[in-house]
Amino acid sequence: MGPMTSTFARLYGTKGWFALAIAAALVLLVVPVLALAVPEASPFHLSQYWVTLIGKIMCYAIVALAMDLIWGYCGILSLGHSLFFALGGYAMGMYLMRQIGRQGQYQADLPDFMVFLDWKELPWHWWNSDQFWWAALLVVAVPGLLAYVFGYFAFRSRVKGVYFSIITQALTFAAMLLFFRNETGFGGNNGFTDFKRILGFTIATPETRVALFAITGAMLLATLLAGRYLVTSRFGRVLAAIRDAEQRVMFCGYNPVHYKLAIWTLSAVLCGIAGALYVPQVGIINPSEMSPANSIEIAIWVAVGGRGTLVGAVAGAGLVNGAKSFFTQAFPEYWLYFLGLLFILVTLFLPQGVVGAVGKLSSRSRRAKRT
Amino acid sequence: MTEAVVRSTGGLGAGDATVGRVASGELDTAHGVVLYLDDISVSFDGFKALNGLSLAIDAGELRCVIGPNGAGKTTMMDVITGKTRPDTGRAFFGQTIDLTRLSEPEIAQAGIGRKFQKPTIFEHHTVFENLELALKSDKRVRRTLFAKLSAAERDRIADMLRQIRLDDAADRVAGLLSHGQKQWLEIGMLLVQDPRLLLLDEPVAGMSDEETARTAELFLSLAGRHSIVVVEHDMEFVGKIARKVTVLHEGSVLAEGDMETVQANERVIEVYLGR
Repeated sequence: MGPMTSTFARLYGTKGWFALAIAAALVLLVVPVLALAVPEASPFHLSQYWVTLIGKIMCYAIVALAMDLIWGYCGILSLGHSLFFALGGYAMGMYLMRQIGRQGQYQADLPDFMVFLDWKELPWHWWNSDQFWWAALLVVAVPGLLAYVFGYFAFRSRVKGVYFSIITQALTFAAMLLFFRNETGFGGNNGFTDFKRILGFTIATPETRVALFAITGAMLLATLLAGRYLVTSRFGRVLAAIRDAEQRVMFCGYNPVHYKLAIWTLSAVLCGIAGALYVPQVGIINPSEMSPANSIEIAIWVAVGGRGTLVGAVAGAGLVNGAKSFFTQAFPEYWLYFLGLLFILVTLFLPQGVVGAVGKLSSRSRRAKRT
Repeated sequence: MTEAVVRSTGGLGAGDATVGRVASGELDTAHGVVLYLDDISVSFDGFKALNGLSLAIDAGELRCVIGPNGAGKTTMMDVITGKTRPDTGRAFFGQTIDLTRLSEPEIAQAGIGRKFQKPTIFEHHTVFENLELALKSDKRVRRTLFAKLSAAERDRIADMLRQIRLDDAADRVAGLLSHGQKQWLEIGMLLVQDPRLLLLDEPVAGMSDEETARTAELFLSLAGRHSIVVVEHDMEFVGKIARKVTVLHEGSVLAEGDMETVQANERVIEVYLGR
């Protein structure tokens, strides 16, 4: 067995790879065909509503994976992950605003909200924002740098547990207030919207939407595999050891600060990428994405799906957001009650989440069959 | 003596001669002293946990440290392993390594291993993985991303599993071990780091008589290769293994010598019997 095949075998068994291949086929082949090639009259046609909804949930699933890496595997609960998501979204949003060109309401070179504020030129931080490569760089660099600097000071000062969670919550709240202000130059409470094009392609066409969907799906699968590589490596075992007995890790000669910083920064970058994929599909980014409640919701996805299992994080994001889009249409006023109830029930009865419970059931039935 | 120590520890780490930031050089124990504490004082909110403590441990020595509660035994270990910084005084590992300037992981890499009072292992990892993580190796992030166990490293872990009598439990989750087995696993985790100095805080607490006897045997076999400092309340156990005993009281050394001398010391009797 060569080193490549042994790495493959380490990540997933035959069944796991098979499931991944099916997921890849669904995302890259089946959905595009159903949405583009099958005529609208056919019952098999997939409408734009579904393409956008599933695409959006896949963005959330990437965020859930990022959260699981830092919380499920390293024991650090961040309640500020929506900040990194929104920053990636804003970085992409700036580019999308510039792509509107003179097709805005005021038909000006500047984005509409700047004309409205009577600004004469782009603020300094919009430099180069009409370049896609620059936007892509910011999507990764801004959340990554912020997380690195914040994490460096927090982890070096050994801020832990609830204290760390509260500081991250304060951080995202402060950022939200900052982005609400018109002077900050990010469109105030309206944020960015009315996007027209991305890389020259019209966003509203089914083809562009399906392309965005497929890219998001590919990114989700890549994140899942990369995450799996990390948690099955010695690096991942050190992370879990930090979660369980940090003192012992230090006295084994590992410096936990470096490990925490590495996974924390990676987690933030993944959120940024998810945010950048989210914005063109959903068509809007505004400061409410940074609200503390959003960050808490991310933690709920992971808790529901199952902390410390990557598939659980994806499943949790899918289940909760699927339920959310159902509830907010059927009984909009009850959604928050339902979410709260779900969190309490899962904490009480499914401490390892849905995936943990399924695993337990199937191993029990296997044992029953054997006897 | 010194030669033997250096050679044996070098031999155990076969395959990876230069690892980490501190551990690459050989420990300089030219004067036969592996640990040297000089006039260390530590106070917490006015309470003097250590009060002018001075102590020297020879290379290859097995030393027992005893003392009533609050004598400063644990604080002494904290100072040696970098968890607590002394207010005054010097702490040297070998001739050259100033322990008061290093962080906990750096001190561990330099070759000091510590066992806690309560067994501290990675409960969700298997016994094998516990030893794998502890194993002397390059412990920087980018190395662990691609790390693979070499054949020599696997052999080393297998040897250790036999030595701590857990070879049948290699794939068991460590949290499921008995209390005594956890103590042994923790000792094994220290040993695979090839430390020059082992600090053991109540290593036989909660062990059965048979386990205690086996532990005494193990420590006696390790002395000579490693320097060992044992903090223990169990006087019977101390009597079995100790060649030299240090009695701490109120943060400084009250008496030092072989077991009989110490037990005959009037001040020791006074402190222990509360006269």
